Amino acid sequence: MTYIAKPRLLADVQPKNAAGFTRRDYEGRVSTLCAGCGHDSISAAIVQACYELDIQPHQVAKMSGIGCSSKTPDYFLGASHGFNSVHGRMPSVATGAALANRDLTYLGVSGDGDSASIGIGQFAHAMRRGVNLTYIVENNGVYGLTKGQFSATADKGSKSKKGLLNPDSPIDLVALALQIGASYVARSFSGDKDQLVPLIKGALRHKGPAFIDVLSPCVTFNNHAGSTKSYDYVREHNEAVNKVEVVLPRNAIEAHYEPGTLRRVVQHDGSMLLLRKLGEDYDPSDRIGAMNHLHERAALGEIVTGLLYVDESAEDLHRHLNTVETPLNQLGDAELCPGSAALEALNASLR
Amino acid sequence: MAGAAGPRCLRHGGSLKDMDTMIASALSATNDFVVKFANVNGSGSASANEMFARSIIRMGVPVSPRNIFPSNIQGMPTWYEVRVSEKGWLGRRGGCDLMVALNPQTWGADVAEIEPGGYLFYDSTKFVPQERLRDDINVIGIPLTAICAREFKDPNQRRLFKNIMYVGALAALLDIELAVVEALIAQQYRGKDKLIDGNREAARIGHAYAREHFACPLGIRVVRSDAVGDKIFIDGNSAAGLGAVYGGATVAAWYPITPSTSVIEAFTSYCRKYRTDPDSGAARYAIVQAEDELASIGMVLGASWNGARAFTATSGPGISLMQEFLGLSYFAEIPSVVVDVQRGGPSTGMPTRTQQSDLLLCAYASHGDTRHVLLFPEDPQECFTMTAQAFDLAERLQTPVFLMTDLDIGMNERLCAPFAWDDGRRHDRGKVLTAEDLEAGKLFGRYEDVDGDGIPWRTIPGTHPEKGAFFTRGTTRNAQARYSEAASDYVYNMERLRQKFETAKGLVPAPVLTAAATPTRFGVIHYGSTSPAMAEALELLAAQGIAVDALRVRAFPFSADVERFVEAHDFVFVVEQNESAQLRTLLVNECEFDPKKLVKVLHYDGTPITAGFIVSAIAEAMNTPRLKPLAEMKG
Repeated sequence: MTYIAKPRLLADVQPKNAAGFTRRDYEGRVSTLCAGCGHDSISAAIVQACYELDIQPHQVAKMSGIGCSSKTPDYFLGASHGFNSVHGRMPSVATGAALANRDLTYLGVSGDGDSASIGIGQFAHAMRRGVNLTYIVENNGVYGLTKGQFSATADKGSKSKKGLLNPDSPIDLVALALQIGASYVARSFSGDKDQLVPLIKGALRHKGPAFIDVLSPCVTFNNHAGSTKSYDYVREHNEAVNKVEVVLPRNAIEAHYEPGTLRRVVQHDGSMLLLRKLGEDYDPSDRIGAMNHLHERAALGEIVTGLLYVDESAEDLHRHLNTVETPLNQLGDAELCPGSAALEALNASLR
Repeated sequence: MAGAAGPRCLRHGGSLKDMDTMIASALSATNDFVVKFANVNGSGSASANEMFARSIIRMGVPVSPRNIFPSNIQGMPTWYEVRVSEKGWLGRRGGCDLMVALNPQTWGADVAEIEPGGYLFYDSTKFVPQERLRDDINVIGIPLTAICAREFKDPNQRRLFKNIMYVGALAALLDIELAVVEALIAQQYRGKDKLIDGNREAARIGHAYAREHFACPLGIRVVRSDAVGDKIFIDGNSAAGLGAVYGGATVAAWYPITPSTSVIEAFTSYCRKYRTDPDSGAARYAIVQAEDELASIGMVLGASWNGARAFTATSGPGISLMQEFLGLSYFAEIPSVVVDVQRGGPSTGMPTRTQQSDLLLCAYASHGDTRHVLLFPEDPQECFTMTAQAFDLAERLQTPVFLMTDLDIGMNERLCAPFAWDDGRRHDRGKVLTAEDLEAGKLFGRYEDVDGDGIPWRTIPGTHPEKGAFFTRGTTRNAQARYSEAASDYVYNMERLRQKFETAKGLVPAPVLTAAATPTRFGVIHYGSTSPAMAEALELLAAQGIAVDALRVRAFPFSADVERFVEAHDFVFVVEQNESAQLRTLLVNECEFDPKKLVKVLHYDGTPITAGFIVSAIAEAMNTPRLKPLAEMKG
């Protein structure tokens, strides 16, 4: 745990992005998580992704549930509004927020306890409903704040710090997300920033439900031999299907890529995902193929990472509901209240 | 035509089974009787029954219809009870003067329920033996099924037109103008000419048959009047849905549950009508059917936090599920509006019966120390005004606000004052700092009481690039919204929330006093759907020489007027439709009244309370030793 606030003296000399912000402008309060916690690396990746995307911090709403991971929105994007809601219910709060103002960027941070156990219903329904939300699960396989109980993503046979073997089958949130309608699905590792930052960038620019499962070892309760969510285990079994680069619309012309080696995915907002294939042929636009690949590799004990699925023609909840372009929270009385004349006519029809 | 004068002479319908039933003491009443329809649910009778009620309103005579229905879609018994009352008493009367018995399943009980001298109307296609009838009632049999089989070819028409046919027959029997029924048919099926013709034909056949075979009108009858005035006829759930439109709600999240579902259905249809952008055809609203009530209230909080007006509609079981979020709404000070259409509890309870049994559940919803604002509408008109007002209160107070309606108000059409709206009225968005405010340096701690009313200032996400962002959480924090478990921060916050609740007392709707004609030491407190029965009871009590001042409480927290009312009387009857005297508990708990002073009058069998019940309960209580000395002193 770090007690010392970071000095801001160097802020002036730090480079600014196109929106006029330094990397520091995307940071938050000092983390109170354990030293070496994977979650802090993810917070750093979020900071980096937002900086590189030239996002205006106040245009981001940070949503979370309860747990170690859900505390992290306090540790990045300090100039953004944040909402630490109740356990397992971040998806519904994020859904409501997204309904109220379609113009903001919604970043939901959750954990495996928060999303795979108490909140699995809300997770599933936010995905299937098409909420325009970047949903990151910081997955460590344990309940950290209550000191190391297995979570629902813990692998069968994985060993707890106290030496117990987990007898239950794991829930794979990536497999679930693929099945129920997430239109951007990725998995990454908190220890692989090069992979993680572009995946977060792509998700933030995705218009629709974007889900990233980030394996994020718990240094205190789940980083020992016998655990399948430890730094060592994840490094050894990580099988990346691709490497992603995100190119913003304004940089698209400058982007160089050789046809054949790279796959190009253009998102709704004009941003481009350049996917470099790694290993065997993998098609991230093939949802069924992605599900098969995931299960095949899982059976072999491999953890598949990378951008596993992206739907270029994704739609979001606002599209389904055909809401007006103006954010609902900016409609005035005149646009909302039909007034007395309409009421008179209605009264007449009720006699 | 059977006997035209003297003792009523009615003929049992049907070709082979004609017999006369003569009753010396046939009920006789004009514009003051109860008709009850016993149907099988799913048989299409609902719209015909409603048309019957409306036709009497069109005759200028007030009616109050009530659906008595099971938690089922098809095949189970359902009743529709129409009280006709020239005086305008809209509470349930009890008893039945004319039973339209069309459900063989409930025949015995239905026939037994008819008042002596009353009337039984039934489909005489199938022979009913004398022993299944009663000799102290008038029997009117019309072979509806046989006539429909003869007159209509389409099996669907044969089935459905039976309903409108009995409406036509009843019009003749009760002297409702057939033209009024025909006008309602034309209105209901506007644009579907075939349906208009068929229904009108069926109504005429029924009318003609009754005229031909029975002495019309019966002893009970309708006479044109002008007692309805400019009142409108609508159900409370529709009115609440409309109130949400006028109140500026843009986000509704809900989960289906009886008896609240039609609130959202109404909101949806009024939004389509009034909130569709004329240019783009796009919606100025978002309605999401959530996966459960937890998600519904979660969405409401997310949307409200983000500056939209949002609400949900549910019933008791839904409120049970929402507890944790309601605590968050209270503690993190996020506005929320919850329409609770109460039904019989606990557990699944009586899902299709009415009660006022969620008061404590809502008033103190969630773990920890919480207090919530409750509004008690008496009828659809107040469902409209109070729902609209609930959004102002929720945003002004940054807290949950409950509209405590119930099945009796919500799912029955009720005559009420017409809706009104002041076009000069603006939605009160409460203490929200704008970008200009923030630019001008007006920046306060999110949870700081700068105005002394306990209500802090908030900012909406996305307002200003650098200023005003804060972190919302359900954990304790200091006035600057930073995480803090310091005792002083916690206590400051709790005291401020207490102060805020005090502020609420001056903002919620004031109670309504109905003073007795003479000074009295007895008072009665009531609320919500008890209102029409209470109005009638007060008149009946006065006629018995019992003077009682009545106070209709319209909100929790209780204002000073409520405290004064209780203090000004020796005994106060608290009339409620629940078993545990929940409002009384709130009065004792919040105002620290002597419990002995507050006399329970409780009706909780799931049926709407009646004036008769209130009168006998109060009269009986006044005879108890505890109250009697005072009653005698008064006398």
